[in-house]
Amino acid sequence: MTLIFSCAAGLIFGIGLIVSGMADPAKVLGFLDIAGRWDPSLALVMGGAILVGLGGFTLARRRTRSLLGLPMMLPLGRSPDRRLVLGSVLFGIGWGLAGICPGPALVLMGAGIAKGWIFGAAMIAGMGIFEVLES
Amino acid sequence: MSIDWLRFTPWPSFAGGLLIGLGACVLILFVGRIAGISGVLGGLLRPISAEIGWRIAFLGGLLVAPILYRVVTTLPDVEIEAGWPVLVAAGLLVGIGTRYGAGCTSGHGVCGLSRLSPRSLAAVCCFMAAGFTTVFVTRHVLGL
Repeated sequence: MTLIFSCAAGLIFGIGLIVSGMADPAKVLGFLDIAGRWDPSLALVMGGAILVGLGGFTLARRRTRSLLGLPMMLPLGRSPDRRLVLGSVLFGIGWGLAGICPGPALVLMGAGIAKGWIFGAAMIAGMGIFEVLES
Repeated sequence: MSIDWLRFTPWPSFAGGLLIGLGACVLILFVGRIAGISGVLGGLLRPISAEIGWRIAFLGGLLVAPILYRVVTTLPDVEIEAGWPVLVAAGLLVGIGTRYGAGCTSGHGVCGLSRLSPRSLAAVCCFMAAGFTTVFVTRHVLGL
């Protein structure tokens, strides 16, 4: 059951990325280009996602176990630190260069787009570099 | 700033956003896990056996989404302007950055902001500011 619900969640999430335009790097860059001809669409993607998310996470916070009986793994409320800031800035630079973040990268790979695979391979390599530096 | 009304797609973007939020809700409410793509994927590189299954199932769903979408209707066109050297550099930055920052647009942006987490709000401000600045520099300063 866990696998079925996890897969369904990924599928719904992925279809949302396609419908919203998040999976189109040119559209993402159009949103990030506030000094040019700005496409505000992606603000509505975040707005829609958070609107639904607020309800779901409010319910989740009241529970210690998920509806399938698994432990509820909500992050601890730590305060922001240097790692968070530096890491997020590096991520933002990469996002601004290509217009691709991790979710859309997987959707582009699934769609069989060669450039999506180049980006995805480099992204996984980057995550591997992190693991090596951390160990 | 001028708004690009021709490319502005408020309704599909809002509807897609609702689906993204729904996907994140299904994962947290049924499986008890955060739908942060970089964390789900990065966690597979140092695998804990009990955590492998749901991660692969969730990522599999994301990968299959465009294939299933294509069965029902045509996939919208996508345009990737960056050449492969830029894609490699961007991918490395996204991979390293999301792991150090412990999240990306989904983990901090969608789930973190939905949880009203100050830590995620700080992360979102950092990566949005860096994204806006990067596009400003590449398009309007360097003129690429």
